[in-house]
Amino acid sequence: MLLTRENLVNLILALGLLAVPLAANALGQPFYITLATRVAILALAATGLNLALGVGGLVSFGHAAFFGIGGYAAGILAAHNFSGDPLFFGFSGTNQMWIIWIVAVAMAGLVGLVIGAISLRTSGVYFIMITLAFAQMVYYFAVSWPAYGGEDGLSILVRNQFPGVMTMVPLNYFLICYVILLLGIALFAVIRASRFGAALQAARQNEVRVATVGIQPYRIRLTAFVISAALTGLAGALFADLNRFVSPSMLSWHMSGELIVLIILGGTGRLFGPLAGAALYVAFEYALGGLTERWQFFLGLILLLVVLFARGGLLGVLAGKARHG
Amino acid sequence: MLLDVSGIQAFYGASQALFGVDLAVAEGEAVALMGRNGMGKTTTIRAICNLNPPKSGAVKIAGVDTKGRRPHHVAKLGIGLVPEGRRCFPNLTVHENLVAAARSGPWTLERVNTLFPRLQERHAQMARSLSGGEQQMLAIGRALMTNPKLLILDEATEGLAPVIRQDIWKAIRQLKAEGLSILVVDKTLSELLPVADRCVILENGKSAWSGRPADLTTELQDRYLGV
Repeated sequence: MLLTRENLVNLILALGLLAVPLAANALGQPFYITLATRVAILALAATGLNLALGVGGLVSFGHAAFFGIGGYAAGILAAHNFSGDPLFFGFSGTNQMWIIWIVAVAMAGLVGLVIGAISLRTSGVYFIMITLAFAQMVYYFAVSWPAYGGEDGLSILVRNQFPGVMTMVPLNYFLICYVILLLGIALFAVIRASRFGAALQAARQNEVRVATVGIQPYRIRLTAFVISAALTGLAGALFADLNRFVSPSMLSWHMSGELIVLIILGGTGRLFGPLAGAALYVAFEYALGGLTERWQFFLGLILLLVVLFARGGLLGVLAGKARHG
Repeated sequence: MLLDVSGIQAFYGASQALFGVDLAVAEGEAVALMGRNGMGKTTTIRAICNLNPPKSGAVKIAGVDTKGRRPHHVAKLGIGLVPEGRRCFPNLTVHENLVAAARSGPWTLERVNTLFPRLQERHAQMARSLSGGEQQMLAIGRALMTNPKLLILDEATEGLAPVIRQDIWKAIRQLKAEGLSILVVDKTLSELLPVADRCVILENGKSAWSGRPADLTTELQDRYLGV
């Protein structure tokens, strides 16, 4: 890989995210490890959305649905494991993270397939609205489902386990999330550079032109949407385990908006845009949130400035214009 | 017949643009679709590709009726369209433009790069940064990468510098010599006629004359093509 300015910035971002919790661990400040873990997980969720939004041009305002479904997959499996009650069809719960991840990815992907299959028949503002509508349906379903906590949410009493790792140690859990984030970013890079990725971007640039070379835009977009949903779902499972709690707030439209904000802050369609955006977002949340409860007002101002004067987001400022636009 | 267009009528909204176009291209044949501006050449091509589906008449590709098929299905039947105005995917690299739509067959990346060495030199460059001639080469290359049975070139040399036009015509002659079926629209008769096996002239949205280039007399040219 060439050491371009963008790759250098990416490397610094990746190493920076690793350095913070290592330093915090050495200084005995576990709070900062949790912050860094939060950054890694939000970045993974936004990397999923970035595939649909940044590469495919599909402005999904419903990715909270997948994030929450991943979270509930973790919460429900853990709850059944704890209580010993069997799950549907005689399956039992589990506290093994890797099984939970598979279930989260599968469930988010499956729901993504259904939502995408219907939503992708529309475009533009209708697509935004229909994805939002689906996510709200999932949200209200969770609110009205008392078996899993309804509006109050569901606690995961003990963090789920991963073979050979003490997951309750904050640094260990950060490292798990960090590795998964890097794998997610690698998957994004592979997809974007593939023939499929080229076709997805071509479909975004001109649907008719793509059809005349024999590519069906719908199928390509649906595939991208499902992969995108699955990645965001995986992040949701990690998020639930970080907080040891899952509630309908993970499914709310605020969450969908937050993911879009992360991408815009970091740089739409950029490989490390979601990580840059998540780091910026969590830093604002922490720094401004300590000063005022109205920190989101200032975040709004910053977002406004980015949209008006730095369209490429943080990566655009640091690494120059996007190769893909 | 590889392409068989019979009596198609097409509309733009309420206004009728084609009033009955007949056109056929046999395997390995090069057919020139001619006519003055606004006579329906591009509309005919759009109708063949079902981008603007004909209201009546029939389009058959290798015997398959295209009625009701979506444009990407028609393309998969073996139509490689090089649309008017050098339409690449501007924000993809040359390489990505070529591979995005590739289908297996005799045309590979290497072969396209041999036909247009400039594309190989610029493979990592964004399509939008290419010159007009290079973009046209890319548009042709992209169509070839889909391994079409019939290549449709709509004004492929329009607005290009003479020296670049020569390169494009050379490539078209080479494709014809290799046995590819071609439907070509162009205004440069001196280049077009030697390539074509047959000519079809449209006037006011109808096929007005068809025959061999040798039979296209100066009188006919004045009548149908003169301005």
